[in-house]
Amino acid sequence: MNDNFNFINRSVFDLDDYSAAEIMYILEAAKGMKEINLREYKKIPTLRGKTVCTLFIENSTRTRMSFELAANRLSADVVSFQEATSALSKGESLQDTVYTLNAMGIDLYVIRHSSPGSPQLVNRYSGKPVINGGDGRHAHPTQALLDIFSIWERIGSLKGLKITIVGDILNSRVVRSNLIGMKKLGATVTVCGPRTLMPGQMEEVYGCKVEYDLKTALKDADCVMGLRMQLERQTEGLFPSLEEYTKHYVLSKDTIKWAKKDALIMHPGPMNRGVEILPEIADSTQSIIIEQVANGVAVRMALLFLILGGKAA
Amino acid sequence: MKKLIKNGTVYYKGAFVKKDILIIKDKIAEIKDKITEQADETIDAKGKYIFPGFVDIHCHLRDPGQTYKEDIITGTRAAAKGGFTTVCTMPNTDPVVDNIATVEFIHRRAKDLGYCKVKVIGAITKKIEGKEISEMASMKEGGIVAVSDDGHCVQNGKLMQNCMKYATNYKIPIIIHAEDYNFAGKGQIHSGKIATQLGLSSIPPISEELIIARDIMLAEATKARLHIAHVSSAKSLELIKQAKQKGLNVTCEVTPHHLLLNEEACVHFDSNTKCKPPLRSEFDRLALLEAVNSGLIDCIATDHAPHADYEKELEFDKAPFGINGFEAAFATLYSHLVNKGKMTLERLTEAMTSAPANLLGLKAGVLEKGSPADLTIADLKAKVILEAETMLSKSKNTPWLGKPLQGKIVTTICDGKITWQA
Repeated sequence: MNDNFNFINRSVFDLDDYSAAEIMYILEAAKGMKEINLREYKKIPTLRGKTVCTLFIENSTRTRMSFELAANRLSADVVSFQEATSALSKGESLQDTVYTLNAMGIDLYVIRHSSPGSPQLVNRYSGKPVINGGDGRHAHPTQALLDIFSIWERIGSLKGLKITIVGDILNSRVVRSNLIGMKKLGATVTVCGPRTLMPGQMEEVYGCKVEYDLKTALKDADCVMGLRMQLERQTEGLFPSLEEYTKHYVLSKDTIKWAKKDALIMHPGPMNRGVEILPEIADSTQSIIIEQVANGVAVRMALLFLILGGKAA
Repeated sequence: MKKLIKNGTVYYKGAFVKKDILIIKDKIAEIKDKITEQADETIDAKGKYIFPGFVDIHCHLRDPGQTYKEDIITGTRAAAKGGFTTVCTMPNTDPVVDNIATVEFIHRRAKDLGYCKVKVIGAITKKIEGKEISEMASMKEGGIVAVSDDGHCVQNGKLMQNCMKYATNYKIPIIIHAEDYNFAGKGQIHSGKIATQLGLSSIPPISEELIIARDIMLAEATKARLHIAHVSSAKSLELIKQAKQKGLNVTCEVTPHHLLLNEEACVHFDSNTKCKPPLRSEFDRLALLEAVNSGLIDCIATDHAPHADYEKELEFDKAPFGINGFEAAFATLYSHLVNKGKMTLERLTEAMTSAPANLLGLKAGVLEKGSPADLTIADLKAKVILEAETMLSKSKNTPWLGKPLQGKIVTTICDGKITWQA
């Protein structure tokens, strides 16, 4: 398989640990995996005997299902740990939880947690590779990989593309990982949203553009990604009302005209239809939102395969 | 009992000079170029530096009530190992030091069991809840040297004004932990590029600056004696500078970690870098360093804040705030500041001895005939590596573990007794 890259037992905390060439290699592998997902019998024996634990301290049904399907299709055994029904809710520390699980013979952990940096802890406690399935506002590298895969599959190289991400940038782990990955592959990324939902020093940290005006942000965009706008930000005093937010930042037929004709429309889900995106756009021919979900399984299969050293099917 | 310390380079009247020191019982009987008198014990300090015992006006001994983190024995042993002979412990224990009985309990425990002198800081408000004034006057009779709600901050400005008036009535200095809770919120680290990168919620400098501005104004109005703990931002320094220029009785301290580290230290989610106020930007750090050198910052205080391993060994945002300080303080400051020409050894010494002692009127911090025999002997060439196994503090929460340092405390003497010997 890969002569130049070594993915074996490497964790995926975020995309900054991976070079552009390595990311491209993952995308190529995902392409092969996507083909398996289209077969009638969607399973290959490559990870038979390996055990993957999905450690979901923060609830997320769709991400967990995507990972578990990915592992199942590679014939790995999957055990699932969810906080609501587990010892963590009885006050056990993450450290003890991981020690306990590790004693049962886990080969790889997927973790979703509200605390930034928790994947690194799981890796330290277990000595096993960890894939970050989203840690607080910090990172969501597999989401970024599937977003990048989706663009790459449709358009080809990301080099020189203009990608605009709109919404609650402050609370988005998806944005942070995408900024790292997309920049590595040569895209120019603009982030756009109300100033109260924009973290400080974005340009300095990520080399992206920051715009507060949607029209300016969308100009010449090849891809436009909307982010979920949560009502709770209103009670946190970050913006006055969803109505006012929608008025200024919604992705609609009218606003998407400001981007390039045929610009790809993306969204990491779950969507708030009518808030950050209108159905007329979410369900339009430009939208690849549903493809993103399909690609998520393929990308996660590729990572599991590469990290656990699967043999080519 | 006579001890003679010969051939050392002694910090004496603001300079390092070769002197011999004669200790009789708990006092310094003589400091002279050459002392030939016979002693019961003679220490040859050739090639070594002798400092007044270090004074720390800000630490947490965690006793009573949180003795799984630290207690008076382990805390003062760690202090002695770090060269400290006097430490002032903060009142956020369990129960809180907001009454004379708890003050006396700590004094008694420290006297019986301690390896250094322990001064007690009482609470400003009962249970440090920021609601009612504590029994400061009684605690003053019990011997407190100041009041502080450290770890917490009185949010109600009107109540703070009353606390200042009340404290001033009994000539009690007020030490503030400046933090506006609305701004600090659930923040974890400084609101800079690392917070943006790590997605951690942040504590902006303005949470500190607003309270400092408020309390300087209140201190001006009430003529209170105000000391500002662990200053962390450049803007805070501007406010303090203005207050000092006005002639207000306002002083401040800085911790070793705020002088030596910036927000970048948090980039690997090491919870041992998590503290309040948070490690700030490099710009702030350089401003703090300059301010210590200029004297705008009066002294250095460790904010020794021990936490058990299992408390720190959590997700970053669930771990408690605080850095273990006694055993790392001198070696880190010496290695990274004095040894690199960023601070003179004289200024570092002053900021760890006479300056903090003077701020709270403690009889400590100088070596002269008749003063308490509190002194610290260091081998400035000797390498030091802090290791969890050899630390004397019950907790090991320091970002300096395993890092090579220089400047070893070889002997600490408190009231004429050896409290630490390397």
